[in-house]
Amino acid sequence: MEVCGGQTHAILRWGLDQLLPRGLRLIHGPGCPVCVTPAERLDAALALAARPEVILCSYGDMLRVPGSAAGVVPATAATDLLGARAAGGDVRLLTSPLEAIALAQAAPDRDVVFLAVGFETTAPATALLLRQARALGLANLSVLLAHVRVAPAMEALLLEPSNQVQGFLAAGHVGAVMGTAELRQLVERHRVPVVVTGFEPADVMAGLLRLVQLLEAGTPALANAYGRVVREQGNGAAQALLQEVFVVTDQPWRGLGPIAGGGLALAPAYRHFDALERLGAPASGPDSAAPSPCISGRILQGRALPSECPAFGQACTPEHPLGAPMVSSEGACAAYYRYRRQAA
Amino acid sequence: MAERIQLAHGGGGTLMQQLIDQELRALYADPAQVLHDAALLQVPPGPLAFSTDGYVVQPLEFPGGNIGSLAVIGTANDLAMAGARALHLSVAMILEEGLPLEVLRRVVTAMAAAARQCGLTIVTGDTKVVERGKADGVFLTTSGIGLVEAAEPIDPRAIRPGDQLLVSGDLGRHGVAILAARHGLDLVPPVLSDCAPLWPQVRGLLAAGVRIHCLRDLTRGGLASALQELAVAAGVELAIEEACLPVAEPVARTGELLGFEPLHLANEGRFVAVVSPETSDRACALLEASGGAWMGTVRPATGAGGRVLLTTALGTERLLIPLSGELLPRIC
Repeated sequence: MEVCGGQTHAILRWGLDQLLPRGLRLIHGPGCPVCVTPAERLDAALALAARPEVILCSYGDMLRVPGSAAGVVPATAATDLLGARAAGGDVRLLTSPLEAIALAQAAPDRDVVFLAVGFETTAPATALLLRQARALGLANLSVLLAHVRVAPAMEALLLEPSNQVQGFLAAGHVGAVMGTAELRQLVERHRVPVVVTGFEPADVMAGLLRLVQLLEAGTPALANAYGRVVREQGNGAAQALLQEVFVVTDQPWRGLGPIAGGGLALAPAYRHFDALERLGAPASGPDSAAPSPCISGRILQGRALPSECPAFGQACTPEHPLGAPMVSSEGACAAYYRYRRQAA
Repeated sequence: MAERIQLAHGGGGTLMQQLIDQELRALYADPAQVLHDAALLQVPPGPLAFSTDGYVVQPLEFPGGNIGSLAVIGTANDLAMAGARALHLSVAMILEEGLPLEVLRRVVTAMAAAARQCGLTIVTGDTKVVERGKADGVFLTTSGIGLVEAAEPIDPRAIRPGDQLLVSGDLGRHGVAILAARHGLDLVPPVLSDCAPLWPQVRGLLAAGVRIHCLRDLTRGGLASALQELAVAAGVELAIEEACLPVAEPVARTGELLGFEPLHLANEGRFVAVVSPETSDRACALLEASGGAWMGTVRPATGAGGRVLLTTALGTERLLIPLSGELLPRIC
């Protein structure tokens, strides 16, 4: 399983799966932060965005992810943040969380809420935002937190009785921040080989080769095929930021369910930046059990291919996504849609 | 205080007359035309092409051009894609109250220069001013007529299996120039927009006897969208070799940084040419001299309708589809 959605995209973009020998099957992993952000967090963002005093900001991919009301007919509320913007909400796209500081300073009478998503790759930037906001004493900036941790999700997949994954290609950018200690523990606990690798075609192929060598030798071990970026100890400054601002928490992942230690919450010294505490939790949205043909949960667990979904490319397209994996630049469905071949 | 556009500049009174006299007259080849409600035209005999386009680019000024150069060259290029030499243009301006006059001056200067560069004349126009907040600086609409100089129809329906696919220059410069301006990326050296008249290259192909079956300029959706439109309109498969596509290193790297492929990045001075197999070598030689390249072949459609098949640099294949969604709004 390649864990990271960026790797899935590289594989499809370059057709690497066409170059592999028979008997080697790539299972696409859950490493798409936008895809696993819980629907209720997105519903809260939609509700906050509808308030006139709120400026809601997030990364571009987040703006088109459907909340739990998607597919509910008749649609009574906006089902994604772009819809919320079209309905009059003040929704902004950020390329860096630190831009939220300028937004908050420029609009002291508004509440700026940053919908913070991503793995350990983007969490340090959110931590930096909060540290600066705290130093500046900004009272009109808060975060709606949806940061997730990769290693616990890999562990959850391994603990499933029906797990088929025999080896992991681990996400290089998460490794650059966190180092390899967590992965080493995973290897020791579950006797499964893990190779850290990158996102260029040559990185993916080098990682695969190393993984196959480990499997053939029968030695579950950790290997680093991305040495030009990933150090064993990771990025100490980023880890210190994470430790200062966040604590590890259990968290539901969209499509995967609750994952022990799978998310980050605000540390006590930063809890006053919690948007839901500061602005009040919005009332829950429409029933999220609406019937939908979307099988994104099984796709995120690696149990189905996007092309096996009845809605793929028909009812579900990047323009009208039913599930988050069709939206994100790291989503498996978007990769299949964008780079699909005649068979799909 | 800096001079700015006021509502009265569109009010039909003295201020408006001043605006036309002092700022806009430079647009017109024959200043007397400004006084008329309509331009009277003498056009050479032959079929005419007619095209119109609106321009709302943000930012108004970007590395390598501004909304004015874009508006004149863009419509002239649309005419060139029909095998027509642009003759005359109309210009409608919607100005936002508060627009600095110096910005308008630079836009007008660029339009006049672009008109000279394209060998066309601006013969009629209109100016309106709207309240602050009701527009975004300047909106332009240009309409143009051109004389068709191609002997055979240039049309997607003329595309045949066996035809060869060429691109007139490297991809994505306009998209990167706009992206850099929007995101405050200080690229060194800067990537300039490729905004440029296409007629000289088209005229060169026609003069050399190249049998052009179809032309399509690359705009918002980049090469991917242009090829998809042609494949669907002609009901054929376009087989493209990725390794043959010209992309400048700074464009490729900046695109990678921001998550855009050069195939999806906008151009304002590039086109796809579909030419007959017999004249393809001649066309290649001409276009290669100006940075263009051969990139693929037209095949009969297999199965359901037109599509674009890309062979990657690794020899694998994938379908090329247009990018969807609002990634880069208001790029031209």
